[in-house]
Amino acid sequence: MIAYLARRLSASALILIGVTIVTFCLTFIIPADPVAMIAGRNSTPEMREQIRIQLGLDRPLVEQYAHYVQRLAQGDFGISYARKSPVGDLILSRLPATLLLMLGAIIAELLIGIPAGLYAAARRGQTGDKVAMTLSFLTVSTPQFVLGLSLLYFFAYRLGWFPLSGYGSLSHLILPAVTLGLAGGGWYSRMMRSSMIEILRQDYIRTARAKGMSEKRVMFVHALRNAILPVIAMIGLDVGIFMSGVVVVENVFGWPGIGQLMWQAIQSLDIPIIMGVTTVAALFIVAGNLIADLIAPLIDPRIRLR
Amino acid sequence: MQAFWKRFSKDRVAVFGVLVIILAVLAAALAPVIAPYDPSEQFFDGLTLEGAPLPPNERFWFGTDTNGRDQLSRLLYGARTSLVIGLVANGIAVAIGTLLGVIAGYARGFLGATIMRFTDLMMAFPPLLLAIALAAILKPGLWIVIVVIALVNWVQIARVIYTETTSLAEREYIEAARALGASTPRIVLRHLIPHLVPTIIVYATLGIATTVLLEAMLSFLGRGVQPPTPAWGMMIFESQSYFLNAPWLVFIPGAAILIVALAFNLAGDGLRDALDPTQRGRR
Repeated sequence: MIAYLARRLSASALILIGVTIVTFCLTFIIPADPVAMIAGRNSTPEMREQIRIQLGLDRPLVEQYAHYVQRLAQGDFGISYARKSPVGDLILSRLPATLLLMLGAIIAELLIGIPAGLYAAARRGQTGDKVAMTLSFLTVSTPQFVLGLSLLYFFAYRLGWFPLSGYGSLSHLILPAVTLGLAGGGWYSRMMRSSMIEILRQDYIRTARAKGMSEKRVMFVHALRNAILPVIAMIGLDVGIFMSGVVVVENVFGWPGIGQLMWQAIQSLDIPIIMGVTTVAALFIVAGNLIADLIAPLIDPRIRLR
Repeated sequence: MQAFWKRFSKDRVAVFGVLVIILAVLAAALAPVIAPYDPSEQFFDGLTLEGAPLPPNERFWFGTDTNGRDQLSRLLYGARTSLVIGLVANGIAVAIGTLLGVIAGYARGFLGATIMRFTDLMMAFPPLLLAIALAAILKPGLWIVIVVIALVNWVQIARVIYTETTSLAEREYIEAARALGASTPRIVLRHLIPHLVPTIIVYATLGIATTVLLEAMLSFLGRGVQPPTPAWGMMIFESQSYFLNAPWLVFIPGAAILIVALAFNLAGDGLRDALDPTQRGRR
C-alpha cells in the first residue's frame, strides 16, 4: 500500500511539473509584450530595459522557469492587467463559491444518476431501460449554457420558484448545481446500470434469490451496496469536467466563483487571470485524479496496487 | 459487413441519429439555396418599433435577432460552421490521437512511455479552459478554432487506441509479420490500423458530438469564430441579455446544437454496438 501510495504521489508530482512547463511555455507565445503593457505608451527605451530586468526577462530561460515555479509555489500568479490586483488573491477569494457549486453539482449528479441507473438495470432490455439510456444521451448532448438559460427561463422567470441570479442561499444554488451536474448524472446512470448488471450476475445474488428473498431486498440491500462503489470512486474525476463547466454555468447564473472571473478575463483578454485559473484548475484535476486513484483500492481490494 | 448492416439497421435509435445527421448535412450544404434571406442582412422591418427582435411569424419563421436579422437563415448558415468545425477539427484530432496511440502502443519502451505521459499531462488540463487560453492567445478565427479544438481533443482517442494496440501487438500474426521481415511502418499501416478501424469509426462519430459542443461553448464565450460568420453558440451569446424577453433567440439555436450533438452520440453508440457485438448488453 505504501509503495502504491508513493508511486501515485510521484506520478502526480511529475504531472504537476509538466503542467507548470506547459503554462510557462504558453506565456511565451502570447503576442502581447508584458513590458509594453506595464511601461505604457510614453516610456523611454531605458525605462523598458529597466522593467525587463525587473521582470527577469533578461535571464536564461531555465532560470526564468525556476523563478516562475518558485512564484507559483508561493501562490503568486502575477498581477491582473485589468484589475491591477494579484491574481492569486482574486482566485482565492472566489474559490469557496466555486467549491460550493461543485459540491452541489456532485450531489445533483448522484441524485440523478444512481436512481436512473437502478431503474434501467431493473428494467433491463425493456422500454423503460431504453428510454432511460436515450435520456442519458440527451443529458450529455445538451450544451450547459442552453440548459442553464432554459432552467433560468422556466423555473426562475416563468414560475418564480428560484431567484434569477446571485449567491448566498440554497435556493440560489439549486439551478446552477443541476445545470453543472446533469451531464454527469447521465454518465453516472450508464455506469450505475452496467455496474448493477454486473453485480446481479454474481453467485451471491443468485443465492439470495434462491432463498426466496424479495426482488426489492435483493436490489436495494444486496446489489446496490456493491454496485454503487465503482460509481462513487469516479467522483474525483468529475473535477475536470466541472472545471470547464463552471466558466459557462457561473456566467449564466451570475455565480461569483473562479468561472465568472475567467469569463470576465476572457472578455478583456486578461492573460494573467486566464493562465492563473487554468493552472489552478489543472491543480484541482491532478488532486481529483489522485483521490480517485487512492479511493479505488480501498473500495475494491481486488484492484491490484500497480 | 452484412452482419454489421443487419445489426445496425435494427437499432432504431441509431438509424434515427444517422437520418438527423444526413438532414443536418443537407441543410448546411444547401444553406444558400434554402435559406430565405441573406444571414447578415439587417431588415428594416425585422425589429419592432421599440427596436426589439420579432418572435417567429409568417415572414421570419424563426423570428429575428437583436439586429433584425433572419434567425432561420442564420441558423442554416450556422450549421455550416458547426459541421465544418465538427468534422475537420475532430478529423485532425482523430488522426493525431490514432497516430500517437498506435506508435505508443506498438513501440512501447521509452518512446511509448513518453507519449503516454504526455497524454496524462494533457488530461490534467480542462479542455474548455485550455481551448480558451489558446484561443485568447492566438486571436480566434475559423482555422484557429479548428486547430485549438484538435489540439485539446486528441487525448481521449489516443488513450483508447493505445490500449487496443498493446493487446493487438501481442497477437501472433504481428509476430509472424515481424519474423517475415516486415518493416515497422508496414506493420503499423497494414496490420495494426485496419484492425483499429471499428474503434476509430466509433470514436470519430462520438467525438464529433463533443467537438460540436466545445465549439458552441467557445463561441458562446466569444472565443469561437468571429462575426459576421454565424455560429450557433455566438447567436446565443449575442442575445443572452435579451433572453428573458425573447426566449426563442436562445431556444432555437440551442435546440439545433442539442439535436446535432445528440444525433452523433446516438449514431456513435449504435455503431459501437453493431461493430462489437460482444459488448452488447454489457454497456
